[in-house]
Amino acid sequence: MFDSLQERLSGILDTLTRRGALTEADVSAALREVRRALLEADVALDVVRDFVETVRERAVGANVVKSVTPGQMVVKIVHDTLVETLGSDARPIDLNAAPPVAIMMVGLQGSGKTTTTAKIAKRLTERGRSKVLMASLDTRRPAAQEQLKILGEQVSVDTLPIVAGQSPVQIAQRAMQAARLGGYDVVLLDTAGRQFVDEALMAEMVEIEKATDPHEVLLVADALTGQDAVNLARAFDERLSLTGIVLTRLDGDGRGGAALSMRAVTGKPIKLAGVGEKLDELEEFHPERIANRILGM
Amino acid sequence: IRKRRLDDETLQDLEDILVQADLGVETAVRITERLARDRYDKEIDDAELREVLASEITGVLEPVARPLEIDGARRPHVVLVVGVNGSGKTTTIGKLAAKFRADGKSVVLGAGDTFRAAAIEQLKIWGERTGSTVVARPQGSDASGLAFDALKLAREQNADLLMLDTAGRLQNKANLMAELEKIVRVLRKQDETAPHTVLLVLDATTGQNAMNQVEIFTQVAGVTGLVMTKLDGTARGGILVAIAARHGLPVHAIGVGEGIDDLQPFEAKEFARAIVGETITEAGDDAA
Ligand SMILES: Nc1nc2c(ncn2[C@@H]2O[C@H](COP(=O)(O)OP(=O)(O)OP(=O)(O)O)[C@@H](O)[C@H]2O)c(=O)[nH]1
Ligand SMILES: Nc1nc2c(ncn2[C@@H]2O[C@H](COP(=O)(O)OP(=O)(O)OP(=O)(O)O)[C@@H](O)[C@H]2O)c(=O)[nH]1
Ligand SMILES: [K+]
Ligand SMILES: [Mg+2]
Ligand SMILES: [Mg+2]
Repeated sequence: MFDSLQERLSGILDTLTRRGALTEADVSAALREVRRALLEADVALDVVRDFVETVRERAVGANVVKSVTPGQMVVKIVHDTLVETLGSDARPIDLNAAPPVAIMMVGLQGSGKTTTTAKIAKRLTERGRSKVLMASLDTRRPAAQEQLKILGEQVSVDTLPIVAGQSPVQIAQRAMQAARLGGYDVVLLDTAGRQFVDEALMAEMVEIEKATDPHEVLLVADALTGQDAVNLARAFDERLSLTGIVLTRLDGDGRGGAALSMRAVTGKPIKLAGVGEKLDELEEFHPERIANRILGM
Repeated sequence: IRKRRLDDETLQDLEDILVQADLGVETAVRITERLARDRYDKEIDDAELREVLASEITGVLEPVARPLEIDGARRPHVVLVVGVNGSGKTTTIGKLAAKFRADGKSVVLGAGDTFRAAAIEQLKIWGERTGSTVVARPQGSDASGLAFDALKLAREQNADLLMLDTAGRLQNKANLMAELEKIVRVLRKQDETAPHTVLLVLDATTGQNAMNQVEIFTQVAGVTGLVMTKLDGTARGGILVAIAARHGLPVHAIGVGEGIDDLQPFEAKEFARAIVGETITEAGDDAA
């Protein structure tokens, strides 16, 4: 089993203190453990490197070397830096625009876009009392549009009627028009999953964005993602005006390092967290909790 | 040709490449250490370095590269497909069905995901695409009841193969995992040797948690083999190396796209080469 960083660092640093003063080399040894802990939690290597440098500077500034409990002190610095990087400010979905406000959901195959679309629709309908329309632009995955339709029935939110043979961009345009005519406040656009190396699909996604001018573009990503999280976040962020990230499957026992990776490379806030398959299992993102998870605390 | 010394710095670069492919620190260190054993401090050029690193990894993967074999004496041979949410179970069933149908086998698919919206419709479309019979009950029905029906029908039809889809579930959810145990129990009421294959579908973009998935699904459902999907992206799926080293479970196939033909045999050497990448020196320089 994984020892928490706390234990590992106390092991290294606190026994050294008993021997006398710590050296810079001791701090470096401790930072190697920090690096390893982060990598084991699936934080991407490039992000780990920058992070460890920040922690090193802060540790030097805080004079860890002279501290009585240097292990605890380093853990605190690591923890605080994690929380800060993950974003301590809660950022809800922003609907401050002329209706109908479009929200576009994007991400890799199977990341949880369709489920999250329905969860957000439910939340906006119930809490914000908005009139919401959902549209599936997924013409690829078998029964994808059917899936959103069923979810719409479950949460009592309208879905755009399915018309066979239309392209995703055409469906998006139809959704916007239906929303204007129908007096909807919000239109949620659920898109097909795509690999970012698939240029045709990435270009199609950009076209959908152009056609609908969404106020929020949310990257839906799996909290269990490994090192690829940086590539994926970067690729989607380069092509679209991403406004935030939704992390799904936080109900799993993954360590959640992808959260740090994606936040660090895009600078975009993690707006919401999926914590189950049920449609009310959507929460605000708590940086504190993810920081503890990453550290195995 | 650039040569470099296989010193600590080079070894660190190699370890970084493996970590970035999701092998995990422990496995990455173990592999680079093995590499250093007889070559430490020797001059080595990039191509050679790439070759030896790939061959270390191939050595771990070769024993697990085994195709999915169907026992012709079983009618049907029962394949239970399990895994976390969205990993690619239903799609993989569709692709496998196509392959076995092309071999002239009769295939029955059981729509055992009675939970997720339109999961049944999704499998039915794969049934149409592949000319397989689909057994389904309405959404919300008991999954083990469906499993019973599907096996019954496959036996009556004297089918070669029954593939049973299941709802995605995270391995830390005890109640959902218990449901898998129940499916197995119910299958055994009709055929005590079933399921003959329990396939765990892993997503290549998943990081270190995949190891845990293998462990728990194996404990609960007796996994006999793996398929890794979504290798058509940039994720390398390196956790499979750590899994192979620890569990030695066969890897039957890989998914490389959403289409019906996007299933390939698992080739140890090719997989290892993809992990190592095109140029070690550049990757190392980049990373430094
Ligand atoms: N445990 C858990 N499962 C989730 C969560 N969000 C989604 N899922 C499940 O993940 C699976 C995939 O979800 P979908 O919403 O279909 O994913 P998608 O991104 O729309 O998939 P594609 O359209 O095929 O790309 C389903 O089984 C969902 O029930 C979550 O927060 N926790
Ligand atoms: N790019 C790519 N996508 C894949 C691959 N295999 C499956 N997918 C896609 O991943 C998404 C999820 O696949 P499913 O087969 O529905 O996954 P599942 O495990 O059955 O999902 P749940 O039943 O919701 O748990 C779909 O959009 C598939 O088209 C693959 O090898 N490559
Ligand atoms: K990977
Ligand atoms: Mg979807
Ligand atoms: Mg499925």
